Amino acid sequence: MQSPENQIIPRQLPESVTAKIDEARRNYPAEENRAPLIWALHAAQDEFGWLDESTLEGIAAYLELEPIKVYEAATFYDMFNRSPVGTYNVKVCTNISCWLCDSDSVVEHLRAKLGIDFGETTENGRFSMTEVECLGACGGAPVIWIGKTYYEDITPERVDEILDELE
Amino acid sequence: MPDYPNDYELVTLAGTEREDSHTLQAYLDRGGYSAAKKVLSEGLTRDDVISEIKKAGLRGRGGAGFPTGLKWSFMPPADGNQPKYLACNADEAEPGTFKDRDIMRHNPHQLVEGMIIGGYAIDATVGYVYIRGEFWEPYARVQAAIEAAYEAGYLGPNLFGSGVDFDLHTHRGGGAYIAGEETAMLESIEGKKAMPRFKPPFPANYGIFGRPTTVNNVETLASVPPIINNGGDWFLGVGTPESGGTKIYSVSGHVERPGNYEVPLGTPFSELLELAGGVRNGNGLKAVIPGGPSVPMVPGEVIMDANMDYESLAQAGTMLGAGSVIIMDEHTCIVRAVERIAKFFHHESCGQCTPCREGSGWLHRVVHRIEHGQGRMEDLDTLLEVGSRIEGRTICAFGDAEVAPVQSSIQHFRDEFDYHINHKRCMVGAGARASMAQAG
Repeated sequence: MQSPENQIIPRQLPESVTAKIDEARRNYPAEENRAPLIWALHAAQDEFGWLDESTLEGIAAYLELEPIKVYEAATFYDMFNRSPVGTYNVKVCTNISCWLCDSDSVVEHLRAKLGIDFGETTENGRFSMTEVECLGACGGAPVIWIGKTYYEDITPERVDEILDELE
Repeated sequence: MPDYPNDYELVTLAGTEREDSHTLQAYLDRGGYSAAKKVLSEGLTRDDVISEIKKAGLRGRGGAGFPTGLKWSFMPPADGNQPKYLACNADEAEPGTFKDRDIMRHNPHQLVEGMIIGGYAIDATVGYVYIRGEFWEPYARVQAAIEAAYEAGYLGPNLFGSGVDFDLHTHRGGGAYIAGEETAMLESIEGKKAMPRFKPPFPANYGIFGRPTTVNNVETLASVPPIINNGGDWFLGVGTPESGGTKIYSVSGHVERPGNYEVPLGTPFSELLELAGGVRNGNGLKAVIPGGPSVPMVPGEVIMDANMDYESLAQAGTMLGAGSVIIMDEHTCIVRAVERIAKFFHHESCGQCTPCREGSGWLHRVVHRIEHGQGRMEDLDTLLEVGSRIEGRTICAFGDAEVAPVQSSIQHFRDEFDYHINHKRCMVGAGARASMAQAG
């Protein structure tokens, strides 16, 4: 039994999000309302930074999907944050090609500089650190990824420059 | 664009020396969309196109190397029953692979044109380019190319007055390696978890939304317009008798000039290594993974005698895969490398099949403890035993892939594993410091 106060109220999605969902929806047959789901999750995360249950329920309501279908996608795919992250989520590839090109030194530098480890956020909420798998840019290893941008051929010095530019 | 010392003919990276190579104008300036026009306005039949692709010896560039013309011929004949789909696999996520990214960033119109021709050949009226979610810039470039092609009348209804329709859309992924498996991709396009489907039914009969679908890799589709323009014989002549054309090799790791090198299939590995500037600092070559971690690694001295084509690499005991050439020099700790790869596969297993879901964890944990000085001699047998219980027992090829690096590294570099177990540290200087520090 769920008490009324524990019920999740679906978030009313703003027009900035629904417009993107509507646009994506036109690319699939009209009856396939599940197909634009990944687009919807991206659009909502771009707006809110992470996906809380209220947002997921809001997406389910908007696409007229059972909420479980939205939870499935949001938890399966790595890009979707299910808890808050910093303004800048610094994602570091440590997979084989980046490791061979000394991603260890990048990780160590970020740990020291930000005082956090993977999965953590600085106290001021500006930076998070996330370890990621291959980003598909190994010709520029080691690679870090912030927002929509890949930064290649990263060294501890480059990390300083990049983070300074963000601040 | 790398500097090529020799006269290599670029096929899928053609024209990319131009700064604005991604624009419609740049593509038109070098004859862009003439192949689609030839196919659609000169009355070539679907069979004509498929025969030309078969003659070219084009094999799938995504990793499996399946003959493209044959794959196209599996689609049901044109029967007026639509939609049928052509999906482009741009989920490029095999570690060490970054070729499709460059085609999409620098030559997106050639991909679009390849999809128009491919769509016609298989009687599909709708296409999707499934781009991994992390790839924002490639997505933006492909999306812009699609919009420009619509505006110019190269996409949409009645192309070149032929009565043939083709609509093309992008579909962004959400971050999952397994979405690159073709049936998992179909699920992902439907908005579901990217879990591979059991086959049969094959996508040609039951694909996206249950409709006939063909999935081809970016590089495969981008190879199609030049084949139509220059003929299948020309393409076949560029490569080997069994595998036509050029292939982009993504070279990464311990080389002086990592990057994408498009060279004819059958190019000696030694020549490719030279293009990439050789092993960094003039160091010795210890091991190479020629097709991404899903294929067996081989010792440097073995691959130095091999050519970069399907047959020669098979003889060397490995595979071409997606052409993701990962170079490891003499200072590389093989155990640590394999630990990282095993961690990747453990993280990316979709969890659907028990042998893979549980086995990937076993492989990772056992290699991890060996790497961290807590290994036991029987661990190597455990790894091989666990591997043999995963291989061939899963719905998709991921199961076999996660076993390949573990098995091959024990086969070729058993002495390094033994040393780790016996001495509780690495036999390679640089690797030892980092990993032992972590072990505490």
